[in-house]
Amino acid sequence: MNLFLQQLINGLNVGSIYALIAIGYTMVYGIIKLINFAHGEIMMFGAYFAFIAATSYNMPVWAIFLTSMIIMAILGVAIEFIAYRPLRNAPRLSALITAIGVSIFLQNLALLIFKADPKVMPKLFPEKIFYLGGIEISSTTLITVGLAIVFMILLDLYIRKTKQGRAMRAVSEDKDAAILMGINVNRTISLTFALGSALGALGGVLYSVAYIQVFPTMGVMPGLKAFIAAVLGGIGIVPGAMLGGFIIGMVETMTKAYISTTWADAIVFAILIIVLLFKPTGILGKNTREKV
Amino acid sequence: MKKRIFSLSLVAMLVLSVFTLAGCSSSSSSDEVIKIGFIGPLSGDAAIYGTSASEGAQLAVDEINEAGGIDGKTIELIAYDSKADQTEAINAYNRLRDQDEVVAVIGGTLSGETLAMKDLMVADNMPVLSPTATAVDVTVDAPNIFRACFLDDYQGKAAANFATNDLGAKTAALLVGTGNPYSEGVSAAFEEVFTANGGTIVGSESYGTTDKDFSAQLTKIKELNPEIVFVPDYVQTVGPILQKAAEMGITATFMGADGWDGIQEEYADAAQDNYFTNHYAADSPSELVQSFITAYQDEYTTVPNSFAALGYDAVYVMTKAITAAGSTEADAIITALTETENQGVTGTLKFDENGDPKDKEVTIIKIDQGQLKFETQVVN
Repeated sequence: MNLFLQQLINGLNVGSIYALIAIGYTMVYGIIKLINFAHGEIMMFGAYFAFIAATSYNMPVWAIFLTSMIIMAILGVAIEFIAYRPLRNAPRLSALITAIGVSIFLQNLALLIFKADPKVMPKLFPEKIFYLGGIEISSTTLITVGLAIVFMILLDLYIRKTKQGRAMRAVSEDKDAAILMGINVNRTISLTFALGSALGALGGVLYSVAYIQVFPTMGVMPGLKAFIAAVLGGIGIVPGAMLGGFIIGMVETMTKAYISTTWADAIVFAILIIVLLFKPTGILGKNTREKV
Repeated sequence: MKKRIFSLSLVAMLVLSVFTLAGCSSSSSSDEVIKIGFIGPLSGDAAIYGTSASEGAQLAVDEINEAGGIDGKTIELIAYDSKADQTEAINAYNRLRDQDEVVAVIGGTLSGETLAMKDLMVADNMPVLSPTATAVDVTVDAPNIFRACFLDDYQGKAAANFATNDLGAKTAALLVGTGNPYSEGVSAAFEEVFTANGGTIVGSESYGTTDKDFSAQLTKIKELNPEIVFVPDYVQTVGPILQKAAEMGITATFMGADGWDGIQEEYADAAQDNYFTNHYAADSPSELVQSFITAYQDEYTTVPNSFAALGYDAVYVMTKAITAAGSTEADAIITALTETENQGVTGTLKFDENGDPKDKEVTIIKIDQGQLKFETQVVN
């Protein structure tokens, strides 16, 4: 039983990181109907900036997180401005292909700047193990899950309670009507990219702290899994991405623990196929028919 | 059209003449020089392996020449870049054989390139001594191919013997990278010998090649509470595993194989007091090792790694064989190689019927405060 609870904690740890990254996918999709495949690379660059901040500038922990998130928010907005905005009215496929291009570009840029060998992320949090009943929780896990949940709650409040949040929801519902209501659509979309990228960077920093290494292709697998999480929860729906992230993290860890490590990835990807076959709108998605 | 055919034939003639001229120039002056070829990746991702091995080999050649060469003849080492590519390796080998007319080859450095050249080498009956190719097939059905390094399973056995005899361990768990022949091969050998020694393998966990999250597997291993956890993989994978294990408070001793070389640089804390098997130890008390390290550092300013040590030994073994053969005939050199015994930096090298090292010492290294410390030597 204790072993099961311990694995549950492991699942929660990786799941909360997937959830953070999945939010970026889902927010961008919700607002411009684009699967931003470069999001995994945003996460990777976020981890690199945190690595640089921690090793070269010796910043305090909160500043490391803040620097990385702010830089990535700006970079996210820049990517949207340079690569996606000119294609706003082009067929959706063009934007999707561009996103894949941006992803490959960023990966190779990182390879060029930082080289292929993995960098070792310094320990940002003091190492300590807490005992809770029979189970042990490390400080890293506790902070990872805690930070993820806090930021998710903040985001949810922001989207539901503030004026900009309401604008975001309006644009995602009907862009043209939003323009008529006097909403600055371009600024709202930029804001969405900024928030999504900042959370992606946070996910990247937490991922590199939990799994120690930073390297140019580190965004690929977590990015794909977060994408599956977003689809599973219902793409375009923020709480769905959070739920999906935790589910994917749990499924992955439990498969590794009780079925087979070699099957873990296969099972996660099978979830994507099953969701797309039987409930393409995801767990929290409503079945709406597309208007023709 | 006609013009093009003319120019093409002109180019072809020029190319041909270059080849024949090159052939002439190289065969004329070879009386006083014995040419030995070297093949390994000198550029690209795997460059570190090839350059280390060739630097070690070159150092040995320089030393031998200074001491008078082979019966007064100097040795020339001709190194070609395989770029870790099988086609490039074959081209390099063809060039060594036809253009440079080498009498023997040290190489290839990696298993893949060596296997690619194997059929050609066997057909040519070229005396070949690979310093570092560990794949089993390299020497199978190839009476002219030898190697200086021990095989993957050999160090797995040595690690198991060390765990039982020196550490007195009764229980062990395996953590294996599936789809990685190196990790699987070493673990299988460890399991076999550890069980035969009366130990119990309490659990065997695995991970995929792209995995970064090892918490599920380590949680299970912690629950099993073995004395030894055997993780034969490369530094990039082992480092995070060790760090996670330390974070989770796992007290077992972790052990690994030569892929751990370099773990002390970035994962010193997590690797503290763990052991791995290697080809040689830089702080070995052996005088031979110390003089090699001094000479290498004078020449290249870095501390030599295992590849350099094996390249160095390979040249000495080959030279010894050529001297014993008394000629540069392939058959004579091959026969001499089968009878050679050399006391080298990486241990005593003599060959079994396959051309693999026989009863070679495996060095056990302990990681202590960011330093690799010589622990002991094991002979299976």
